[in-house]
Amino acid sequence: MSLDTVSLSGRKKEVVNNKMNFWESLYLIAIAKGLWITLGHLFTRKVTIKYPEQVRPVSPIYRGQHLLKRDEQGRENCTACGLCALSCPAEAITMKAAERKPGEEHLYREEKYAEIYEINMLRCIFCGLCEEACPKDAIYLTLSKKFVKAASDREDFIYGKDRLVMPLEMAIANTKTN
Amino acid sequence: MKVTIDGHELEVEPGTTILQAARMMGGESVPPAMCYYSKLKGSGGKCRACLVEVSKGSEADPRPMPKLMASCVTGVMDGMEVKSITSEKVLDARKSVTEFLLINHPLDCPVCDQAGECDLQNLSFKHGKSQTRYIEEKRTFEPEDIGDKIQLHMNRCILCYRCVMTADQLTDERVHGVVNRGDHSQISTCISKAIDNEFSGNMIDVCPVGALTDKTFRFKSRVWFNKPFNAHRNCPTCSGKTTVWMFGNEIQRVTARKDVYHEVEEFICNSCRFDHKEVSDWTIEGPRKFEKDSVINQNNYTRPLIPVTIQTEDHILKGREEDRKKISMKDIPLTPKNS
Repeated sequence: MSLDTVSLSGRKKEVVNNKMNFWESLYLIAIAKGLWITLGHLFTRKVTIKYPEQVRPVSPIYRGQHLLKRDEQGRENCTACGLCALSCPAEAITMKAAERKPGEEHLYREEKYAEIYEINMLRCIFCGLCEEACPKDAIYLTLSKKFVKAASDREDFIYGKDRLVMPLEMAIANTKTN
Repeated sequence: MKVTIDGHELEVEPGTTILQAARMMGGESVPPAMCYYSKLKGSGGKCRACLVEVSKGSEADPRPMPKLMASCVTGVMDGMEVKSITSEKVLDARKSVTEFLLINHPLDCPVCDQAGECDLQNLSFKHGKSQTRYIEEKRTFEPEDIGDKIQLHMNRCILCYRCVMTADQLTDERVHGVVNRGDHSQISTCISKAIDNEFSGNMIDVCPVGALTDKTFRFKSRVWFNKPFNAHRNCPTCSGKTTVWMFGNEIQRVTARKDVYHEVEEFICNSCRFDHKEVSDWTIEGPRKFEKDSVINQNNYTRPLIPVTIQTEDHILKGREEDRKKISMKDIPLTPKNS
């Protein structure tokens, strides 16, 4: 037996180039067969969801938009130590530190805080190294459960503290559970 | 005199200490030193970080010394054999000393301006443990203002007395010292007298931890975001040879040049350190190099950058004029004016 006649996969089909007869050339049977397959798909499980109304569950370790955490007293954890910016392979993080003034102890946990904290989401590759480097447990990519949305202006991708710091409601909710 | 350190023999002058002999040799065997400072008379013998094992006292008396010796204050004897990193006992002792030094240290490196060039950080990175066994509350001090140029953080102090010796030996009038005793010892200016001597700023460079830091640089940047350059100027009071720490075109900090053991090469005066922060004040010699594993090397700029210019593709490479605006840190101009 030669290799031409043996089917190694078991699915070998001989292709013939015979001329179609009259019924075949009308394509009626072929169209009906095709429509039957289409009809069958109406009753199978849907693979898409209606996105803005419906949201797929996100894995607990999915790295989305960054969140600058507040502690259980609502104070910002970040002390602008610069380790996230140092570890960032895409150089997406910039910050400017400032000294905490007397009377601001309820806002910032340490005597130094980030006055400006910006992440360029066009540069960010969501690798999570900033989260790993943070000594103050301040920056998280897994907690916000938000995606960085598309925008049409480059300026819209510079996320400042207004969008990165944990919202107060979330901090209040955290205190209740603790 | 012949001395053997970690199996390496070398000839030294009589009166040399073991630490100095080890530094002549260099390499891994050099014990860490937190309080010893070769430029300051009488320094050393306080921190015990430089303990070494003397396995043979001398040719005349070959018995080993019963305890580990502080190498910065132990003189070399002829035929002495010293074990530094080859001794298990020494490494164990260094670990314990590091733990002791860190007992009352606040470990606020993310806040501290010294982080990145801190001797205690290096010591604990090399010899420290990554967890603490200390459960009591750390000793703290009331923050004290010792002038508008130098920031004192007494909580971070390891009581090495280097700054006190600097004040004693470099300035004609001693204005600060150590008050109280034991656990309560505290660096302070007597009767809160402001430090206004012309050379008082050297305390900042001499301090191995972040207890004395530059108030004009306070929280401005981190050490590793700055680019250090060797620079000099004609100074009537000091040599004028410094390192300037730049961020863009702004000189954020001026320090003395430090050698491989983080000791100041030449002490500089306060007017160089605090008052001359314009680029036009300095003649910049070139980038300053640091040891290979230093975090300051993070921005490696020591090799000259040669930008490639392609004339015809100017628009393609650089974009249109209106797209070339600064989108990050909008409130801070690209070339800040020095105040």
